[in-house]
Amino acid sequence: MLSFSFMQTQERPVRDVPALVLVTLAVTLALQISWHVTRPPRAAMSDALPVPPPLEKLRAFSLGDDIALSKMLMLWLQAFDNQPGISVPYRELDYETVTAWLDVILALDARGQYPLFAASRLYSEVPDESRQRLMLDYVFRKFLEDPDRRWPALAHAVYMAKHRLGDMPLALYYARALTERVTSPRAPYWVRQMQAWVLEDMGELEDARILLGGLVESGTIHDPHELMFLKQRLQQLENGKVK
Amino acid sequence: MPLLNTIHSSAISIIARYVVIEAMKNRLFILLIIGLTGIFGLGEFIGGLALTETAQVQGSLSAFILRLAAVFIISLFIITGVVREFNEKSIEMVLALPLPRYVYYFGKLYGYLLLAVVIAGSAGLPLLLYAAAGQVLLWSISLFFELAIIIALCLFFLFTLGQVTAALSAVAAFYLLARSMGSMRLVSDSPIMDSGTWSQEVIRSLLDLIAALLPDLDTYTQTAWLVYGSGTVQDLAPIAVQTMIYVGLLSAAALFDLYRRNF
Repeated sequence: MLSFSFMQTQERPVRDVPALVLVTLAVTLALQISWHVTRPPRAAMSDALPVPPPLEKLRAFSLGDDIALSKMLMLWLQAFDNQPGISVPYRELDYETVTAWLDVILALDARGQYPLFAASRLYSEVPDESRQRLMLDYVFRKFLEDPDRRWPALAHAVYMAKHRLGDMPLALYYARALTERVTSPRAPYWVRQMQAWVLEDMGELEDARILLGGLVESGTIHDPHELMFLKQRLQQLENGKVK
Repeated sequence: MPLLNTIHSSAISIIARYVVIEAMKNRLFILLIIGLTGIFGLGEFIGGLALTETAQVQGSLSAFILRLAAVFIISLFIITGVVREFNEKSIEMVLALPLPRYVYYFGKLYGYLLLAVVIAGSAGLPLLLYAAAGQVLLWSISLFFELAIIIALCLFFLFTLGQVTAALSAVAAFYLLARSMGSMRLVSDSPIMDSGTWSQEVIRSLLDLIAALLPDLDTYTQTAWLVYGSGTVQDLAPIAVQTMIYVGLLSAAALFDLYRRNF
């Protein structure tokens, strides 16, 4: 019955179908639609973020493709605040669990920047100091494992420590780590100058402009989405909408 | 088995040609185009969700789906096609010709390998949007080798089991196991696991034995090549050798069953 024209061979006309079959078809279709319409709508309920399974288990289920699994999990984690029919603020997430997830995602794809980008620019923007500190500390620990690759996240952590937390010693501590540990010639010059900038204690917007502008000018960011995101953050800063 | 003569090789080519014709009549290539379009759309949708590493996210997830889809489509096509030949007795007509049975097998294998070239090449096309052409080429060649093993595996299970459900389940189980075996062995060697116990040693030995019998599919068609551009031509050498060994092994096993089978 439900055949496409290119699949048709020689079909009999509809009148050859017994009436009982046609009636049953119509009735069951009507029943299905009625059943669906009369069911109560599902209430939107927020689920708590589950604890990640052990890394070994995830690897076993990745079908040998750890990178693809890492990207999938990152998108899932990022979208966890938007559950069907409900929006869960980041401050309601268990940040210990969030860092545990970021950790396994990063372990599956150690060369990926996404988990640290999310830690430094998404989860650390929550208006809760303890959670902000947890994220910045996570970024710092992961930076130490691979400074030449992971400096962009810690550069943002310097900005966060200085202007969100107002913790100048912490900002200086991170900036000093950048200066001392980033050795790659591919890292832009300004990364190693951040320590001096923190000491100069410039204005927030000016700092943000320099940081974001420096990131853009360094040529290390080619991703149009990331550039757009950075520009949006800058625009929010200028409009005073950053919470 | 007699040496391949001219008549046999032309018979192999004819059988292979009919495999390609069957694929066209079954609209395999239309399905391929629809599938590629769908996966391209999915890749673009995923790209809209990513905040950073957009091309990497799109490339890795598209490649993951393309690889699975290519294996699934070719397995289903082979298994349903050959089982239909069993049921319609057309295989008996071919085997009644004055040709040895291996001609039928290699004709089928040759035809399906030609289809694998088309499928692997097509699967690489959407990835050109997200990764360098050289890396996509490596990925596609590796996918062809992977499909070659799957083709030989399908033919082996078909001659052994002779049923769609059983053969498809066996191929799926084998494929998933072969791709996960590297990770499973790492888990069994993990210091977290309780080592030293008798049962642990037995499981580890069993895994080592199974791994020795399986191809290293977890080293094939790597996503890292597309995402980080880390693939080199040297990576293909062990994959090609492994493929030749394993296709040879599966072909020998399939021919063993084919020669013993009463139709």
